[in-house]
Amino acid sequence: MAPVPVEHGLLLAGILFALGTVGVLVRRNILFILMSLEIMLNAAGLAFVVSGAAWAQADGQVMFIFILTIAAAEVSVGLALVLQFYHRFKTLDADAADRMRG
Amino acid sequence: MNFLFYISAAIAVLSTVMVVTRPNPVHGLLYLVLSLFSVALVFLSLGANFAAALEVIVYAGAIMVLFVFVILLINPGSEATDREKRWLTPGIWVGPSILAVVLLLELIYVLAFGGGQLSGVKEVTPKEVGLSLFGPYVLGVELASMLLLAAIVGAYHLGRRRAGEGDES
Repeated sequence: MAPVPVEHGLLLAGILFALGTVGVLVRRNILFILMSLEIMLNAAGLAFVVSGAAWAQADGQVMFIFILTIAAAEVSVGLALVLQFYHRFKTLDADAADRMRG
Repeated sequence: MNFLFYISAAIAVLSTVMVVTRPNPVHGLLYLVLSLFSVALVFLSLGANFAAALEVIVYAGAIMVLFVFVILLINPGSEATDREKRWLTPGIWVGPSILAVVLLLELIYVLAFGGGQLSGVKEVTPKEVGLSLFGPYVLGVELASMLLLAAIVGAYHLGRRRAGEGDES
């Protein structure tokens, strides 16, 4: 049986990444922004694994492990920031922190 | 076994759409866990068994537990029992449950008819990944360890509540 075409796997990764981007741009709840960032990192890892599987090489999974590390580091610092944000503003609305008029 | 890939991919896209559109963080989290599980099954259908296991253990296990902890810390209060009762109504958990059952059926199919192996794809074994990780990529491993150390220090520093600063708002 023929394996899954690599284009379909990359298409799935692209769709997931786009959904994560939409989540970051549309949602104002800071927890949802972090979740969407997780989705985007996961989609990047999926693209690496798909390409690694297409050539039957281990490099894709190695890169996936690195992305996993980055995601863990990002989410620990990000959630600590969320806690500080909540203590300071008593809300999870990212627009509350607009002192820099961004 | 291409249909395993396509069913898991459909569930991944569906649950990710639900994550982005849910108003309640806990519901979003439920669908996010499901999305990660379905991506793990996509990995399995591509022959990346080690990545699938890591996805379940690290992403759906550890990172999601961090999210749950933060939601617990942010939503304290006496109305918690009311909320608990509302959350246990079927409308909330029936969607994720159906999708999770589909994923479980796929996994059972793989275990029962494939003997844990998928035909048609070449599996990249954990041994190859390990040899590659500690061979050509050993510098990356060192960098990742430094990144994790920096993340530990940063999370500790940011998460600490300083003595003087308690109630300024």
